[in-house]
Amino acid sequence: MIMTTEPKHSKKSKPEPAGEKLYVLRLYVAGQTPKSLTAFANLKKICEVHLKGEYELEVIDLMLNPKLATGDQIIAIPTLIKKLPPPMRRLIGDLSNTENVLVGLDLKDGVKRERYRKGFDPYGKKAP
Amino acid sequence: MQGKARQGKGKILALEKCPTGIQGLDDITDGGLPKGRPTLICGGAGSGKTLIAMDFLARGALDHGEPGVYITFEERKDDLVKNFASMGLDLEDLIRKKKLIVDQIRINPAEITETGEFDLEGLFIRLGDHIDTIGAKRVALDTIEALFSAFSNADIIRSELQRLFLWIKDRGITAIVTGEQGERTLTRFGLEEYVADCVITLDNRLVNQISTRRVRVVKYRGSKHGADEYPFLISEDGITVLPVTTLSLIHTASSDRVSTGIGRLNTMLGGKGFFRGSSVLVTGEAGTGKSSILTAFIDATCRRKECCLYFAFEESQSQIIRNMRSIGYDLQQWIDADLLRFHAIRPSAYGLEMHLAIMIKRIHEFGPKVVVIDPISNLFPVGDEIQVRSMLMRLIDYLKSNDITSLYTNLTNEQTLSPGGAEFTQAHVSSLMDSWIALKMIEGNGERNRALYVLKSRGMAHSNQIREFVLSDNGIELFDVYIGSEGVLLGSARSVQEIKERAGKLAREQEIAGKRRDLELKKRSMETDIAALKEKYAQEEREMRVLTEQDQGRKKLMNGERKDMAAHRSADR
Repeated sequence: MIMTTEPKHSKKSKPEPAGEKLYVLRLYVAGQTPKSLTAFANLKKICEVHLKGEYELEVIDLMLNPKLATGDQIIAIPTLIKKLPPPMRRLIGDLSNTENVLVGLDLKDGVKRERYRKGFDPYGKKAP
Repeated sequence: MQGKARQGKGKILALEKCPTGIQGLDDITDGGLPKGRPTLICGGAGSGKTLIAMDFLARGALDHGEPGVYITFEERKDDLVKNFASMGLDLEDLIRKKKLIVDQIRINPAEITETGEFDLEGLFIRLGDHIDTIGAKRVALDTIEALFSAFSNADIIRSELQRLFLWIKDRGITAIVTGEQGERTLTRFGLEEYVADCVITLDNRLVNQISTRRVRVVKYRGSKHGADEYPFLISEDGITVLPVTTLSLIHTASSDRVSTGIGRLNTMLGGKGFFRGSSVLVTGEAGTGKSSILTAFIDATCRRKECCLYFAFEESQSQIIRNMRSIGYDLQQWIDADLLRFHAIRPSAYGLEMHLAIMIKRIHEFGPKVVVIDPISNLFPVGDEIQVRSMLMRLIDYLKSNDITSLYTNLTNEQTLSPGGAEFTQAHVSSLMDSWIALKMIEGNGERNRALYVLKSRGMAHSNQIREFVLSDNGIELFDVYIGSEGVLLGSARSVQEIKERAGKLAREQEIAGKRRDLELKKRSMETDIAALKEKYAQEEREMRVLTEQDQGRKKLMNGERKDMAAHRSADR
């Protein structure tokens, strides 16, 4: 069952090694439609594989909270919003195209991860 | 207002309409947009789609108690509110009163990645939420075609839009959907295929360097509608559509007469002047005095305490007043009494439609009984002949339905007066006029004089005589024209002739007086003669009587004597 507005994540306050950062994701669905269920399943899979716990996932059901659609300008369902790390990304669809999902979440190439590793510190956790 | 749709065996089902409140648009759509159905409005950039859509919602909220939701895909909410504030529409107020919701749906295609199947349920949810929040009955989607640019999968968008319009219909909401004009199709993405109940196009054309806007109801299922293009205006009052359907020719004709302000002209027009509510054309070459005829009429009108509105397309107000003062008319007094108002503007300032709309607006505001347009010949360069005639036709129609008498001056030139006397006006505007007074310059004797005649005047017996038309310090006078041995005599030749005639008349009078005196004398002498003869006769009569008496006496005596004698004689027989 899909819960609403309850963050589903494993760990949060683990001190991160330099470069690893937290992904904050929001999945907007509209009721328990096949597309929504597929999207959620696909997302869970990708998160487990690629983000390995470094993520915060919120699922928002617009049928129950329609007013929340305005904030993130949601039109398409399902929509996955990557709130963090910046930049904000919008992925629409049931996330079955894993390739696109990874690109969309900036997870695709190693190059990108490298860049993060090289001392890029968005959270300012690294002490000078 | 409701339109009718026939169904099956002659059963009539009424198609409910949603009045837009936009002047004229409700007329051409025979009552408004179809209730509970989507209407498509398409047009180029700046053609007025957003304005109509917002106006529709605002009027629904203000006048019909129907709240509305406006979804904008391109403009920002704040910009919209500001723009409409400058047109006199206070959207903030409506939003506060929960009569209107304005929501912007921002889609940035750059930040979207498509990862699989999706639908636009989010849009439905948002829209539905807004509708439920204020109980909206009207919705505007401006422009929903933006969705096509945002998402690559056009098929999904198309099917979702179809679903959306059905969803809107199911909820009984009247919607306006706007779309950009396409190259070969009405809209760029072919929205007209699904929004098929009512389609309206807007057009903004350049004619003779002046922009004219037109609206056309391309399609309206289930209702009759005006099928032509109608001009419309966007002014500070919003949109006004000028339908030609008001040309119904059902205005009643008044039998009242109004004085022309020139005594003899009244006489020439059957004795009383123009019919109230009629249209009068005054034509003439330059300098013939057309404006002065107008002035006389205005003066007479204002004296009757009736209002007059003067549309001047050639001269300024102060110039006209100054000019008319030189022939003894003081128009300033009527302006001060607010019986006369001027509206002076160059025809090239606006398109014909704008002129018409402004004129009707001013007439509506002021409520005059007489309207003067001086001159109409200036309008011809602004549009082509057909347009000018159409504009005049509509204006005259409007004036006649309101029983307003109107006067028009038209500049004619030499070419339009053929020697046979058959007059000609551009675009045959003379057929729109009930009365036609022509002014002419007649040359002769080394001078040019003005002549006036009544070419036509419907519904009354009018004079066929040409009169000489003279402007002096004391105003306008009409004189009889003399036909002398040399031809028509006007001006100084006429004066000379008049003097001659007066002199001749005097001479004849004196002659007669003399003869009369002679006759008197003769009569008297004859009378004396008669008296003498009578006397003589009487005298002879008297003598005659005396003689007769004497004779009788003698006879008696003789008789008496004879008897005596007989008596004596018989005694001794």
